[in-house]
Amino acid sequence: MPKKLTFLFNLLAIGLTACAQATVAPTPTAAPPITPAVSGSQTLVVMTHDSFAASADVLLAFESAYNVVVKILPSGDAGTALNKAILSKGNPIADVFYGVDNTFLSRALSEDIFEQYNSPMLANIPEAFKLDPQNRALPVDYGDVCPNYDKTYFTQKGLQPPRTLEDLIKPEYKGLLVVENPATSSPGLAFLLATIGRFGTDGYLNYWKSLVANDVLVVNDWESAYNTEFTAHGGTRPIVISYGSSPPAEVIFASTPIPEPPTAVITAGKSCFRQIEFVGILKGTKNRDLAEKWVDYMLDVTFQQDMPLQMFVFPVNQKAKLPNQFAQFTTIPVDTAQVSPDVIAANRDAWLQAWTEAVLH
Amino acid sequence: MVKKRRLTLRTSHILWLAPLAFLSLFYFYPLGSILAASFARAKGGAAFQLLETLASPLVQHVVAFTFGQATLSTLLTLLLGLPGAYLLARFEFRGKSTFQALSGIPFVLPTLVVAAAFNALLGPRGWVNVALMGLFGFSEPPIHFVNTFTAILVAHVFYNTTIVFRIVGDFWSHLDPRLTQASQTLGANRFQTLMRVILPLLAPAIAAAALLVFIFDFTSFGVILVLGGPRFATLEVEIYTQAISLFNLPMAAALALLQLLFTLGLAVIYTRLSAGLARPLGLRPQRFTQRRLLSWRSRLIAALLVGLISAFLIVPLAALALRSFTQFQAGSRLASGIGAPSLVWTLDNYRELSINRRETIFYAPPSTAIAVSLGYALATVILGLALGLPASWALARDQNSTASRLLDPILMLPLGTSAVTLGLGFIIALDRPPLDLRASPVLVPLAHTLVAFPFVVRSLTPALRSIRPRLRQAAAVMGASPRQVLSTIDLPLVGRALLVAATFAFSISIGEFGATALIARPEYPTIPIAIFRYLGLPGAVNYGQAMALSTILMGVTAAGMLAIERFRIAELGEF
Repeated sequence: MPKKLTFLFNLLAIGLTACAQATVAPTPTAAPPITPAVSGSQTLVVMTHDSFAASADVLLAFESAYNVVVKILPSGDAGTALNKAILSKGNPIADVFYGVDNTFLSRALSEDIFEQYNSPMLANIPEAFKLDPQNRALPVDYGDVCPNYDKTYFTQKGLQPPRTLEDLIKPEYKGLLVVENPATSSPGLAFLLATIGRFGTDGYLNYWKSLVANDVLVVNDWESAYNTEFTAHGGTRPIVISYGSSPPAEVIFASTPIPEPPTAVITAGKSCFRQIEFVGILKGTKNRDLAEKWVDYMLDVTFQQDMPLQMFVFPVNQKAKLPNQFAQFTTIPVDTAQVSPDVIAANRDAWLQAWTEAVLH
Repeated sequence: MVKKRRLTLRTSHILWLAPLAFLSLFYFYPLGSILAASFARAKGGAAFQLLETLASPLVQHVVAFTFGQATLSTLLTLLLGLPGAYLLARFEFRGKSTFQALSGIPFVLPTLVVAAAFNALLGPRGWVNVALMGLFGFSEPPIHFVNTFTAILVAHVFYNTTIVFRIVGDFWSHLDPRLTQASQTLGANRFQTLMRVILPLLAPAIAAAALLVFIFDFTSFGVILVLGGPRFATLEVEIYTQAISLFNLPMAAALALLQLLFTLGLAVIYTRLSAGLARPLGLRPQRFTQRRLLSWRSRLIAALLVGLISAFLIVPLAALALRSFTQFQAGSRLASGIGAPSLVWTLDNYRELSINRRETIFYAPPSTAIAVSLGYALATVILGLALGLPASWALARDQNSTASRLLDPILMLPLGTSAVTLGLGFIIALDRPPLDLRASPVLVPLAHTLVAFPFVVRSLTPALRSIRPRLRQAAAVMGASPRQVLSTIDLPLVGRALLVAATFAFSISIGEFGATALIARPEYPTIPIAIFRYLGLPGAVNYGQAMALSTILMGVTAAGMLAIERFRIAELGEF
């Protein structure tokens, strides 16, 4: 009998060894190798969502400056990552959390997962971005969610592109708009908030009913809306809810070099909602000093200037310069629709239910 | 006699040891922890939360829809799967193993990729609509596919038919054809033979396949979200919305528990049924059961079946592969009359995969993604078989023992468990050394094995049960130890089933996205993870790369399945 046990456990051990080996599989050839753990060097763990990206040399510069290994821990989409951070509050899985946005900020603050940190870098960041007065969550970047349109479609049809949210309910734009479901998509929620900020809690449902009457198409995710339904990528809808940074991305990721973006953004009359992303030091970290250094680094010019081309978001640090293509091809809205994190947290459930009732049923 | 019975039980207990230890540690413990932590947040306690959830009209509606779509999807899957299983089981034709490998590819594809495939085919500017508009002069695309109930059903059939092929087809291919011949000699017509002889003999395999397909459809998430659109929600979708979007953990836990109870109920019914269905059979090696397509009649039947299955399973794959060799040409747009950008043929999508344009830290060339995917898949196959084989053996040996009757349904639970719930469970349960696996990549094959395990068990058990007990008894009488019985009787006889089980474990691991996304190391992404990174960014190049990588995923999957097929432990069984 013991023999059989050994046999089974051997099998199990083989399996586990294979797993372990799978994880140290081949080193990527093109990406620079991650700095090996030099003896005495520490590890800083940064928990984030799976859209996180950075240049290899920007990350390496931090690692060599502080003799530290930075371990990035993508933990699912923004909401999932935050919930994981909240559930591991007593025994944090990481030292720093990056990627909670203003639609989720209240949840992070009321669950009390961050330690206060008055970073000296905050001096370079406009007050409008600092939504947590106690500096537990520090602003890192922002992005505007706005209606985008396919320029070629409107040129070909000889139709004036829409300029405001009100235009979208006019008969000439019937059947042209595709939006994302706010219950399942982050830009979808941002656009719902844009309509709430623009038309108020009394008016937004009527606006949505007019959109439905004007044959708006609702899909669950940005990928389906942008890659499938949007005319610029082979669909039938020339107006889509996407990001203010989508036009420069179209140029940077064009299949053949193009002089200007095939798409443009509607920014006038509070048609956009601004998503601001925050970083915070997780309560219970054993690396408070390093965590502070990392937060400073994220808010400093090098990292801030790296973000646009890596994550297609805009720097909050006023000293950071935008890459050329960004500066050239983006329209940053002067006036965005405003809804504060506390109001979002208090009403999210009710708004989503009311929206579902008005739009889907 | 009494003494022998006790000995058997003890053998079974030892067989159960590893599978149960694994499930306890990596399934029940995390699941229990997250349910407890969630209900702790409920204002009126767990019982109140459960009652409130059950009383909600929204939840009742969601439950009804979840059952309804799963039932319809399962029936349709059997409708296409059973004739296909017949074809694969009874006929031998050129290209059969390739055909079988291709029909298994849908199972591993990420939902967004499947949506892209169907869209290339049936979307507003897909080939079918464009062709119909050209032929009949419609001004609007005549077929509306995306965001319809039909899309959900078609996608479920597309994903899961291979389960029927593999489980029923494999079992069928070993049924002794002499039984059919005998039935016909005794005067039964083909229909009577089918209803009275073949179907009853196949029943255990059909039940096993139907159960797996149903649970898959029942817990459907990506298909509902991406192809069904915002008007449809299954329990799994509602759990995600409650847990992540609204952070209503008590409600999410109540729904997860509900889904789990339904799964358990199904599994219990299945166990009861299959106990009555299984009968010892003289399984025959395939070379005695399959015939070549000699008559015109059989050729016609085979051609029709191959055509039907290809239309559903292989044409969308081809559409996807073709799409990966094309790009929208921005410059040609104004010239084209229909107002849509035109597609041009190119290899750029593949070339671009090896370029790190943004010098981003987590860039991984396709070779890395392939190696990582294969590494995890290999680990899952080994671990899945190492745990699934003893469990299946124990189930088959003592089919009517209390342990078997209790444990059989429980083994199915991981399939019916909400992925997001279990993912959060890992975070709060596996958080202390030596099991602080929260950030460990080891969690990836462990999570894959949890999903693969029920498949391995369901593939192996019907075959193991059909072995005549007399063979085992004879071996034992001749002095074989239980282990010798296993290695000389059971293993050779179920060689094919082992391959089926290995193929499932491989497929599940290579296509898995949800759990992998939560735990994989960013510098070592699997192929599906890398696909999602490209899909998440605007721009023609990113979309093209996602299509190219999806095509690579299809290639790697087909190659892997063919390799397993070639791995002839099966020959042992073909005596």
